[in-house]
Amino acid sequence: MTIKETVNSAKSGWMKGDGPDGDILISCRVRVARNLKGYAFPHLLDQEKAEQVIYAVQLASENQAIRSQVGDLETTRMSELSPVERQILVEKHLISPNLLEEYGKKAVALRDDEVISIMINEEDHLRIQCLLPGLQLEKAWALVDQIDDGLENTLDYAFSEKFGYLTACPTNVGTGMRASVMLHLPGLVLVDQVGAVLAMISKLGFAVRGLYGEGTEALGNLFQLSNQVTMGHTEEEIINSLNSVTGQILTQEREARKALLQQRKDQLEDKVGRSYGLLKYAHMISSEEAMRRLSDVRMGVDLRLITGPTTEQLTELMVMTRQAYLMNQQENSLNSLQLDILRAQTIRNKLNQGG
Amino acid sequence: MLCERCNERPATVHYTEIVNGHKTNTHLCEICAGQVQAGGFGFMPQINLPNILAGLLSQAPSAQQYATKTRQETSCPTCGTTESVFTQKGLLGCGDCYRHFQDRLGPIMRRIHGSSSHVGKVPERTGGRAKVIKQIKEMKEYLKQAVSREEFEQAAQLRDKIRQLEQQLSGGEHNDY
Repeated sequence: MTIKETVNSAKSGWMKGDGPDGDILISCRVRVARNLKGYAFPHLLDQEKAEQVIYAVQLASENQAIRSQVGDLETTRMSELSPVERQILVEKHLISPNLLEEYGKKAVALRDDEVISIMINEEDHLRIQCLLPGLQLEKAWALVDQIDDGLENTLDYAFSEKFGYLTACPTNVGTGMRASVMLHLPGLVLVDQVGAVLAMISKLGFAVRGLYGEGTEALGNLFQLSNQVTMGHTEEEIINSLNSVTGQILTQEREARKALLQQRKDQLEDKVGRSYGLLKYAHMISSEEAMRRLSDVRMGVDLRLITGPTTEQLTELMVMTRQAYLMNQQENSLNSLQLDILRAQTIRNKLNQGG
Repeated sequence: MLCERCNERPATVHYTEIVNGHKTNTHLCEICAGQVQAGGFGFMPQINLPNILAGLLSQAPSAQQYATKTRQETSCPTCGTTESVFTQKGLLGCGDCYRHFQDRLGPIMRRIHGSSSHVGKVPERTGGRAKVIKQIKEMKEYLKQAVSREEFEQAAQLRDKIRQLEQQLSGGEHNDY
């Protein structure tokens, strides 16, 4: 699959709904930051040096050890893509918004199932990330570890005995590792407990933020949880503690859903049914409403209140209804009214095809 | 009754709050009630990291600072990044900055991470001394376990290996920034 095909398809490896704890945990991600010895960090690189870094990483990622262990990684310079195509990669979580700035100096290496991506010249020379469906942090780390070793066969990393892997920002130094999980928490939001749970989590050294939302908004009840500390703990320790905190939240969310089912079943069924009906028949819908309704329906499917759409289809729709993805499906640029119409149409097609 | 907040829709949500015996009644429509509730979730807004870092850096006193009042600003000899540039951007310029600003970074690291030394993965090929140090640390842990299990033969073997590694370490080059 070429990068053009990647941006045209809404599906991504991380969207499969059958991952462990896939009813609540949409995806998990592990990334490490690495820098090359002898080069200034990306924000100080001129065009020529930046190109040298891209080329070095590209060559290293094509070495035999990596190809035989993790498969082919295709490197694409950001300048080869249109602005909309770049934005789609962000919406699919394959690159960060940072890669859109000064994109002439930046690139991404992708495996075709989109599980593995290496951002080149983001805040650090390399950001190696692995994105998997459900709760599979150990597996994600194992993959990242393998790629990291493979790249280090030919690349000299900036590493210090005392500080570990050196990064542009001291908040990433040490292991350079950030592990995160994407959680769907409609139950906790409905029982009005999400604030308390998340406040507790942030006291334990984890950062919580709403996904897709701007500022404090959590669109579609999606939350991202990640470790804040990267130094003084081993990679395995970081993953273990994120796993146990995530386990706690999963338990809380399941309790909330159970309580809602026992005490508010009619209201819940009504909410889910209304949202499902709206998505199936609406002629125009805003991105914000689409996310909210999709979240309701997803919870309905998880709790077996309705049958029909699969969780995979619903996750896919969460990406398909984002602005850049829709824009890319049309040759002419669209105004917001036309976008809302196209969004509703996309959702109708998908849900009616699923039954 | 109209909603107190928007004054447009009928108030359907009636909310009574009693704080220290003082009672307040709030009458809202469903839409406004939802918004008020949403505002109360209180999870963290996106924070601006460079600003916080800058704050930390300007608070961290260095020995130099105490020694001279008119301290000259130093810059990294490799990339030219100065302390004030780092303070503004929250980003270091290159790997050598860590060596150059080591004294200043230690306290910041402890504040961010609660620690200022790395444990965990070491590069396989270029890890050098760090790799050996990590091996010794692991072996010492095994040794402790072996002793507690009273497996003295295994413990002796581990002890010999540790000695061997320690010799290797003292003979090798130093790169310990």
